Amino acid sequence: MKTKNLIYYALISSIFLFSLVSIWKILVTLQGVELKNFNFEIIITLGIAISLLNLIIGEKLNYLIKSTLFAFIFTFVDGYIVQVMPVWYNIGIFAILIFFTLKINKYSQKYLASEHSSQIVIFDFLTLFGIVLFSFVILFPFYMMLITSFKTQAALLINPLDFSINFKQDFKELFKSYFVIFDTYKFGRYILISTFVSVGTVIVTLLFAIPAAYAVARLNFFGKNFLSTSILIIYMFPAIVLVIPLYTVFSQLGLRNSVGGLLIVYTATTLPVAIYMLQGYFRSIPKELEEAAIMDKLNWFGIIIKIILPLSIPAISSVALYVFMIAWNEFLFSLMFLDNPNSFTLSRAIQYLSGDAETPRQYLMAGSVVVTIPVLLIFVYFEKYLVSGLTAGSVKG
Amino acid sequence: MSDTLSKIEKRTAYILILPAVFLVFSIILFPIFANVWISFKEVGLKDIRIPEPRAKKIVKSIKDNPDQLKVIYKLRNSSLILEIRDVKFQDKLPKNIKPINLDERCRVKSNKIYCDFGNWEAKYKENFQILLKSSDGKQINKKELKTIKPKLTGKSDNILLNTNFTLKNFKKVFFQNEFFDLLSTTFYYTFFGTIGSIVFGILTAQLVNQKFFGRTFMRSVLLFPYVGPVVALAYTWELLLDPYSGTLNNLLMNFQVIQEPLNLLGQKYLTINFFGFDLKLRLALTTVIIFEIWRYFPLAFLFILARLQAVPKELYEAAEVDGAGPLQKFISITLPQITAVISILFMIRFIWNFNKFEDIFLLTGGASGTRTLPINVYEQGFTISDIGMGSAVSIVIVALLLLFMFVYFKLIGKRADEN
Repeated sequence: MKTKNLIYYALISSIFLFSLVSIWKILVTLQGVELKNFNFEIIITLGIAISLLNLIIGEKLNYLIKSTLFAFIFTFVDGYIVQVMPVWYNIGIFAILIFFTLKINKYSQKYLASEHSSQIVIFDFLTLFGIVLFSFVILFPFYMMLITSFKTQAALLINPLDFSINFKQDFKELFKSYFVIFDTYKFGRYILISTFVSVGTVIVTLLFAIPAAYAVARLNFFGKNFLSTSILIIYMFPAIVLVIPLYTVFSQLGLRNSVGGLLIVYTATTLPVAIYMLQGYFRSIPKELEEAAIMDKLNWFGIIIKIILPLSIPAISSVALYVFMIAWNEFLFSLMFLDNPNSFTLSRAIQYLSGDAETPRQYLMAGSVVVTIPVLLIFVYFEKYLVSGLTAGSVKG
Repeated sequence: MSDTLSKIEKRTAYILILPAVFLVFSIILFPIFANVWISFKEVGLKDIRIPEPRAKKIVKSIKDNPDQLKVIYKLRNSSLILEIRDVKFQDKLPKNIKPINLDERCRVKSNKIYCDFGNWEAKYKENFQILLKSSDGKQINKKELKTIKPKLTGKSDNILLNTNFTLKNFKKVFFQNEFFDLLSTTFYYTFFGTIGSIVFGILTAQLVNQKFFGRTFMRSVLLFPYVGPVVALAYTWELLLDPYSGTLNNLLMNFQVIQEPLNLLGQKYLTINFFGFDLKLRLALTTVIIFEIWRYFPLAFLFILARLQAVPKELYEAAEVDGAGPLQKFISITLPQITAVISILFMIRFIWNFNKFEDIFLLTGGASGTRTLPINVYEQGFTISDIGMGSAVSIVIVALLLLFMFVYFKLIGKRADEN
């Protein structure tokens, strides 16, 4: 056993333990429990002691007994000696310790003697650490958004750290923010407009993109190469440089504040990537099928409807979902073009709501939950299609 | 025979692509050219409203004369700057009502009044009166008269269409707009945002490429910030980072990491004492960069993961036989395999971050040292209401982007030649 490996092992594992315990402590604090210190020194010392003891005991004890023993010691020290904590806190700590000791069980004195073991230990723990940390950092804002929407203004001001929800209260009280945004701020209408614009954009984009993609994939014509390269270059052009001319032209044509105008712009901005994604897929469909169709005297319309479409359902769905997501999340154009509350989309409505400093934050968060949930649900449910769409379309955002 | 076939093919192709090309041309390419045009003009937000002749109709009864009514039209030119030429007026009258002593600019024809008002200069106002008398002696219905709206038409110059050009906007962009401050902020934001999202993309892709429980779930979760709507996420962050009632500051103070709350989005500089040196950190800018990394590393993650999964397992097995550790494996196998992806990612993320508007706009609105070029486009065009200036800044953005693409392809092209 090398001393260097031993030190790395003990330090890294105890730091990992410390971060797990700290995240648990943060979550516990957010339930209104008074907790003022991470106790860095104590936890690290305990962690080093446990990881060293683990090596010394080795396989003399059954690993389950060993884990339970360590977990009990740690929980007792942390939850009763250092500070007195509620039982559910200690159960959490106990579970963390069981998890931790099962992880370090794999390292033995023999293992640490091998050449790259310190690197492997670091990599193992960094992986675990990464999983825990990234999940926490990513999910926390979503968690906060959801919780805040169920709180009241007074509760938020008294203790901003109290994330606990009183489920015993009346259903109407609990969902009060949602009732308010639907009743007072007309969010039902905005959901309808957003849905209409997004679904409309998907339909119009597909109507325009499928024939164009078919032509680019299959037919020979002058300027084809130029067209297919310019599709991508056009896609790189940022929305912010289109805003001023579109604003002026739309103002003069009276298209501002109209959902139709928004739909045209969304369609145009998503068309290049839709064509690009679809033509790639169309190319992969065997040509023989179409040749047979030409023999049967089908025209291009027939070919697209009867042969190409049924074969490319997966590609079309991923384009559709991708376009839907872009249109649903879009903010810049809706900010520029809509200033009449009667034609707001959800994103624009939330921004408008926040413009008034008096708007309580729980309403803002309830609105945010309303606009976020559909996309996340669609994403989780159709992840396979969307991920392929994202990788192909990839750049927008 | 084949000639006609290929002709048919060509014609079909043009029919198929025409709608898409037309739409993209009018909504994307046309505005880019229009930007050039507008950027050489002095145009304000109020100038783009086309001047309209307007009339407000007021109906008044006349004392002692119940069968007569006075109608006042408050006429005006809606524009404060432009004249309207050849204004024509038209209004309908209910049956059995005739005007008396009609103004000489007007005439009556089958129950309608037609007037030619000639030219109206800017800010033109006139109270135009007509006396009406019922021909059958009945009282005139005031309400009915009110509901009929007069129609006015006129010709006017469109300030956008004339050919007066000026270089004023560009002079202002470069010399009165703190241009280099803007440019450096944009550059910091873009560069660190891009690098950060790629670094975290590599880390997370490496993470998810290993086998562990809940891996598919982890992959979905990692993409959440990217698929969520920017408005919702930006406001959530704003609440999270709020100096007084925000969760982050309260947590940090609760665990005694900091003594005073940090205004992460509202403070321009944070002075850090670093071994006796005072370092000035651009706090708000750093915060928006972190938000940007948080939101866009999933894209890098997705790309790099796809590439990592295509790396043959044999390479790693061979390296293991040769006694390579994890770090060595990462440096000599993984990194070379993903450099191509990283270089593409760098370009597309750089371009998109350079043009990022929503994120900063929603978080800080461009205050506390986070004003980037895209934010400036909005401010010039819509806050200061100078459309011409906004366009000029847009043009600068496009020019810088083209320059970047050119340099990038030169460098990449060179590297490709060397290999």
